[in-house]
Formats: sequence, structure tokens, C-alpha cells
Amino acid sequence: MKWQEVETKKGTRCRVLEGGSGAPVVFFHGAGGLLHDNPFLDQLAQRYHVFAPEWPGYGESAGEELLEDMLDFTLHGWDLVEALGLEQPHLVGHSMGGMIAAEMACLAPHDLAKLVLVSPAGLWMDEHPIPDIFALLPYQIAEVLFHDPQRGQALLTGGADLSDMEALKEFYIGSQRRLAMAGKILFPIPNRRLSKRLYRLTAESLVLWGASDRLIVPAYAERWKTLIPPARVEVINDAGHMLPYEQSDKFVRSVAGFLR
Amino acid sequence: MKFTWFNLMPWPYLPDDFRAKHRSVWVDIPNTLYDPRKGHHVYHEYLDQLEYAETLGFDGIGCNEHHQNGYGLMPSPNLIAATLARRTSRAALCVIGNSIASYNPPIRVAEEFAMLDVISGGRLVAGFPVGTPMDTNFCYGQIPALTRDKYREAHDLIMKAWASDEPFAFDGKYNQLRWVNCWPKPIQKPHPPIYIPGGGSIETWDFCLDYDYNYSYLSFFGYLRGKSLLDGYWERVVKRGKDESPYRAAFAQIICVADTDAEAERLYAEHCLYFFNRCLHVFPPFADPAGYRTMATIKYGALAQLTLARQKILENLTWKQLVDERFVIAGSPDTVRQQLEECIKGLHIGHLFCLFHNGDMPDWKTRHSTKLFAEKVMPRLRDMWPEWKHDERWWMHPMDDRIRPEERQPGAAKVGAEWPR
Repeated sequence: MKWQEVETKKGTRCRVLEGGSGAPVVFFHGAGGLLHDNPFLDQLAQRYHVFAPEWPGYGESAGEELLEDMLDFTLHGWDLVEALGLEQPHLVGHSMGGMIAAEMACLAPHDLAKLVLVSPAGLWMDEHPIPDIFALLPYQIAEVLFHDPQRGQALLTGGADLSDMEALKEFYIGSQRRLAMAGKILFPIPNRRLSKRLYRLTAESLVLWGASDRLIVPAYAERWKTLIPPARVEVINDAGHMLPYEQSDKFVRSVAGFLR
Repeated sequence: MKFTWFNLMPWPYLPDDFRAKHRSVWVDIPNTLYDPRKGHHVYHEYLDQLEYAETLGFDGIGCNEHHQNGYGLMPSPNLIAATLARRTSRAALCVIGNSIASYNPPIRVAEEFAMLDVISGGRLVAGFPVGTPMDTNFCYGQIPALTRDKYREAHDLIMKAWASDEPFAFDGKYNQLRWVNCWPKPIQKPHPPIYIPGGGSIETWDFCLDYDYNYSYLSFFGYLRGKSLLDGYWERVVKRGKDESPYRAAFAQIICVADTDAEAERLYAEHCLYFFNRCLHVFPPFADPAGYRTMATIKYGALAQLTLARQKILENLTWKQLVDERFVIAGSPDTVRQQLEECIKGLHIGHLFCLFHNGDMPDWKTRHSTKLFAEKVMPRLRDMWPEWKHDERWWMHPMDDRIRPEERQPGAAKVGAEWPR
């Protein structure tokens, strides 16, 4: 896969990881951004034409000051689809990306093919409060996100040597910039009333969840099922919130089976 | 020099094992540690101290706003200032201040500050902090990346409400009000002096200079550490072509005065250590949510935050460290005067917010230290800035014929005010 840059009508400039051929699939990443290695995208690109854009404020993508609220994020998603020249793509969204993809599908239900939501944010249940990702110590992040935190920690840092002060500084600055952006739709509670709009959703939908997701616990999968009854729900073992990274093979098998 | 007696109003009953048992004094501190019946006495003791400071000749008495915080019992500083407005008549009421990004709508601040200014006869000094991330973001739910934008809008609304003589419509991004019509309006014209308390955000400097507001650097870590930040501010003042009146800046400093240096340690060490060890024990992520600081500020001081230097400083603190590093200026009147001279000259400040009550300090010690300062230190520091002696741009301008309620037994029957049957 290779990087390309697109500019939306609004003026954001986003990097997009692109590869493969076939039906178009747009993958929207979560609050942490795309990691250094994203093997599940390579695997998906063996069957589909995959586009994985970075949100503004992530990596080399800019224009974050242009997006402030949920509607801005949602329209930005469609602006990207347009800038990439895609018709009726499949939308796959992970975590915060799932929240945005679901909003997109509610706003323009006939403009997408199928919808895959992977441990999506966007709902809140008082009986299952989601940990405050804006108030975590560095070592707590992997514990919340991964079934196997030790392996997860290595995935998060992407091999950077954080005992080197310069590398640590760069990692810190990047992470502050990413989460500052995510906070606009996730802080202090990751619920921008998506549930009021889900009745509009018509696309065939798959909801995927990691059985050991400690950030948004699998009880939320049931909640999604209640709100969009035709959706297929699959829970995958030995995976936490970062399901696509922890169980790439199973993830790709489920997605490909559904998109077929 | 102007001296303001400031009380943070800490909760003095945090247990000895507080630090070991709880992760934070702020945001998620167990509220079972608060006892409202003890709180009754604590409030009155602290309010008495503020009134006492006026009688000793302090220029101002001060309070501030914190939420869900074990060292600040003032979620509403305006309530505190309101009680002081009725019991004092000479000192400025320094409310430093209201975290205006959290008020919805912020016109509430324009109204309440106007009320305070009117009740006090024009003695309000109005502070507009962005608010700490603990208060504004974690306790009051404001989105970090939008906090500064919302703050600026709230500021514009309040200042326009005070300035305007006619109702106007305000079409803001965060506040839409069809009829803004501040009623009552403040006595002080065009507005009470405005103080902007800054932590370490460099954007704040230009904001203060754009409007000629006072920049108040409120730190608990003394003038040696505060120097680099204030140097940055003064550099900016010169670059912007402004005069270098020391009254453009204020600094907060913990001060303990006793008859001798050794006596100061004996009297005050445990209470200062209570403050630093328990009251400043904040869970680090609460102090640094992504988006609260701008990228420019992060790049300016990123490494300092990374190393969590502040948290490290707080581990195993001793009195010697507190005094050597000047977190606390403590000692005999001579020692305190000499160090404060260094502080005032070094930082080039005209306003000192003096913190005499620290941690769980009992009333008598607080008063002893305050009185020694007022009698033996303050007079000798008064004329540090002779060339700016008449610069009153950053101070209150009260009415001459204001009522002095504390001299009138306010609740007593009034002769000649009976119903004329």
C-alpha cells in the first residue's frame, strides 16, 4: 500500500493509505490513529481497493481547526469519499472511526454499500461507564486497549525507542495532537446522540467486537444490536478494543465474509 | 507595591495517609473526606482571616475558583467575595477569578461581578482565568481543544456587556443571546481592573498585552522557578512596545514570618509540608488533557511536562528544600524582607499575592505570621517602585462616599427609620 494526499473541498489535507483493487472499502481509524504497521489493511487490500485516510490532526494530515463538532466530522467523512472519487464505497470504522462511519450512514443512507462497525464508540450506557481515555497514565493505555497489553504496548509505539528523549518528545506531541482532535467528539463522554439518528440507517451492517474489550465492553455490542436490529453482531475471542490489530486474520475473514 | 492577602481555603483534615491511599486531591478525591459540620467552622475561620488582613493594612484580599478540590473550598468565589463585600470597606476584593469558559451563559459573570462591584463600592478586581484543566475540563466537562476559543468568546461577551449602553444581540459560536443587557453594571469605568491568571501558556501574554490586562503568574513553586516564565512575559512587553510598569504583573508566593528563622521552621514547617505533600497531590493526567495546551505551548515546554518534573519535586520534600528553592519564603522579618526584595525585583512585579495560610495551619499561627509581616516587612517593601508610584492602572478605583457596613452594625435598628405613623 502507498500514501497519497487528498484535499477536501473544505480545505483539509489528508494522507490516505491506498492499495489493492476491487470494490472500494474506506477504513476510518480510531482515536489513536493508524499505527506504524497495519497488517489487516494489507490483507484487505488483497481483495478490495482499500483507502485508509488519516483524520486531520493525525500524522501528516492537517486542517484540524476546520473540524469542531460531530457534524463537521461526519461531513468531512463524505468530503473525503468525494475527494477520492468513490461511488458507494463500503465503510469500515474502528472505535471513533466507527462512530463517524455510523453518523455518515445515518446522514446519507443511500451513499454507501455496506457498513462495518468495529468496537464503535458513540453510545453510552450508565451501567457500563467507558474509562476516561483522556485521564490515563501512559502505561495504562495498553492495558485498556489490548487483550495482550504487553504485545499491545509494542504495537502502539511501533518500535520507537522511547528512552530516547527526542523520540519520546515527538511521540508525546503527536499523541497530544491526535487526542486533542478526538476530544472534540469524545470528551468528556463519547456520546453525541448518535442513537437518536440510527433509525435512518438502511445499509446492511456488521458489528464486530473483541471479547476482552476493556474500553467499550462487549455489552455495547448488544446495545448496537438493539438499536439496529438487522445488524449482524460477531464477538471475536482473544481480542480487546484493538481487535483489527490483535486478530488481523479473524478480523479480515469476518469483514470479507460480510462484504462478499 | 500592592499586597493582597490570599486564602486558597484548603481542607485541613486530609488524613496522614492521603497521598498513599488516594491518587488525587482534585477531581476524584473521595468526597466522604469532607465533613460539612467541620466545614462550617473552617469557612468562618478563613473568612475571619481575610477580614483581619484588611485591618492590618493589606491592599487587597483575595479568593479564587476551584472545583472538586481538597485545597480549594471555593467552587464559587463570588459567594466568598459577597460576604467580604459586606464586612470590609477598604481592601480591594480580588476575585482571581471566574473560569469564564465554564459559565453558561457567561453573562452570569458580567452580572455577578457587577453586583460585587456595586455592593463593595467599586472595590472589585476581576480575574478571568482560562481555568485549570482539572476544573474546566475534567470537572466542568468543557472540551479541551475548544476551551481557549470558548474562553475568548466569553471574554468578548462580558466586556461588551459591560461597555454597551444598549441591549445588543450576541451571535457567538458557543453563546447565542438575542438580548444582552447587563443589569446592574459595575461602578468602575470602563470596567473593573482585569487580571488574567496564567499557568504557563504563552498565548496568554499577548492576550494581556492586547487589552492591557494584568498578567498574574500563580505558581506554588516560588520565584526562582517563576523567573524564566516572567522573563518571557517581560520580553514580550518590550517587543510589543508597552511600558514596563511592574503593575502589569502579579505573582503568588507562600510566605511565613516568625521572630527567627529557626522559629519559622518550628511553627510552620509541618503545615507547609501538608500543603505540598497532600494538597498538591494531583493525578498527572488530570493536569494535561490533550488539547488544553496549544501546540505552540507544548513545543515551548514539552520536555518539562514529559519528565513530570513537578511530580518528582513533590516526592520526599523537606522543609530545607522548600526554603532553599524558595517555594516558601520563610524566616525572620529580615530574612523574609531580603528574599522578597529579590523576588519582587527579579520578577519585576508590582502586585504580590501573599499566601500566609498554608495547608492545615491553625488560625493563631496564620495570624501571627500575617501580623509580623504587616508590621515589620510590608512597610519596608512599600516603595520598591518609586518611579511607578502613581500608576493606578491595574488597581481598583472605589467610590469615595461608599458605605462602610462593618462600622454600622448592619443588623441593628436604625434611629429615625421607623414607620412614621
